[in-house]
Amino acid sequence: MKEPKQMSVSAIQNGTVIDHVPASNLFKVIQILGLDTIENQITFGTNLESKKLGRKAIIKISGVYFEDEDINRIALVAPDAKLNIIKDYEVIEKKVVVVPDNIVGIAKCMNPKCITNFEQVTTRFKVVSKKNVSLKCYYCEKITDQENLEII
Amino acid sequence: MNSRSLVSIDDFSTEEILKILDLTEEFEKQPTQKLLEGKVIATLFFEPSTRTRLSFESAVNRLGGKIVGFSDSSSSSVSKGETLNDTIRTVNNYCDLIVMRHPIEGSARFASEISTVPVINAGDGANQHPTQTLLDLYSIRKTQGTLDNLNIFMVGDLKYGRTVHSLMMAMSRWNATFNFISPDELKMPDEFKIYLDNLGLKYYEHSDFTDIISKADIIYMTRVQKERFSDPIEYEKVKNVYVLRNSMLKNTKPNMRILHPLPRVNEIHQDVDNNPKAYYFEQALNGVYTRQAIVCSLLGIK
Repeated sequence: MKEPKQMSVSAIQNGTVIDHVPASNLFKVIQILGLDTIENQITFGTNLESKKLGRKAIIKISGVYFEDEDINRIALVAPDAKLNIIKDYEVIEKKVVVVPDNIVGIAKCMNPKCITNFEQVTTRFKVVSKKNVSLKCYYCEKITDQENLEII
Repeated sequence: MNSRSLVSIDDFSTEEILKILDLTEEFEKQPTQKLLEGKVIATLFFEPSTRTRLSFESAVNRLGGKIVGFSDSSSSSVSKGETLNDTIRTVNNYCDLIVMRHPIEGSARFASEISTVPVINAGDGANQHPTQTLLDLYSIRKTQGTLDNLNIFMVGDLKYGRTVHSLMMAMSRWNATFNFISPDELKMPDEFKIYLDNLGLKYYEHSDFTDIISKADIIYMTRVQKERFSDPIEYEKVKNVYVLRNSMLKNTKPNMRILHPLPRVNEIHQDVDNNPKAYYFEQALNGVYTRQAIVCSLLGIK
């Protein structure tokens, strides 16, 4: 049988491709970037084979270019994500995400006794470890680790 | 330090801590002054803590300040469902400084962000209790004449005891050596040991009182609480192991002093009380002077 030569997610003319998203966090990335509420054409594939991640996802967003500050918000759930900026089907720029030093308003503090889980307080964390992401709550000073990370 | 809050001991630089301790010394010499005349201090105790509240109120009263507040949340609008946000935004109109005790962790930091007046954290759940740490530091410096290079023994519940954690972190600024004596279930958590490792400070762990206490400059006792044990049999096994008795103090250093954040239950036998090395009641008195220093410092009066 002949191998069908085809991309698993079709190319876009202009926009952003986010590759190397862990498959399990695809929908979190979509949520953090607010892709579920925009009108642009978006295609994605998930559970694609990846040597690095096991199973990865890829998202192609037509007609959207992100600010670094916005894109770094996904670093918590997709630290290895790579971005390709596409113009006229060509990759004109490649970017990687960078885990920021501070996280504001994305993650939930895992401490059930933390004030942020009782009152309307925007969560704030200091990133104490970037590799295996670990966050120290600015309020209760407890650590939320990758395993218990919940995106608001 | 004008119009600043005191939420966590880590908010203060070493210099600022020493400034508070020097000020405390002044108040010890002259605890009754009219420095706070015309000032209103709110003590908001969302959970009861009689000792801490009385200490603050005594501190303020001796300086001529007035107190408003409540001593547990059932007598405040919290019982009507008011948020902490609203309580603070209201109360900061009535006073010059807020002293707050709250069972929720991080509540003091949150209050300090929204309050227009300084906030002193008098305990936020299991998180921080910085005025206790400062009075502990004062007691240590006063009895030892220095904070440098001391051998600090911490005994009892080292896992959940926020006072020992804060004190340990604070004393690590002065090259202390630590000895931790606790049951296996209540050992000093790894994160704090890693902290000491990173600073290159020495610490030793013991499961029992031994002759080792002859090396101590300070023995800091804490209560081993029954409810901390998952297995009640484990508690029964250890409950009498961490009791300090007068007979055990024979070979201890002359400068050694015993501290305890109080309340004590049985972990220090009453026969220790008359030993000159017992310092826990004076320590509580130092708490009044320390709080005078903190209140005046945050109000920019001293």
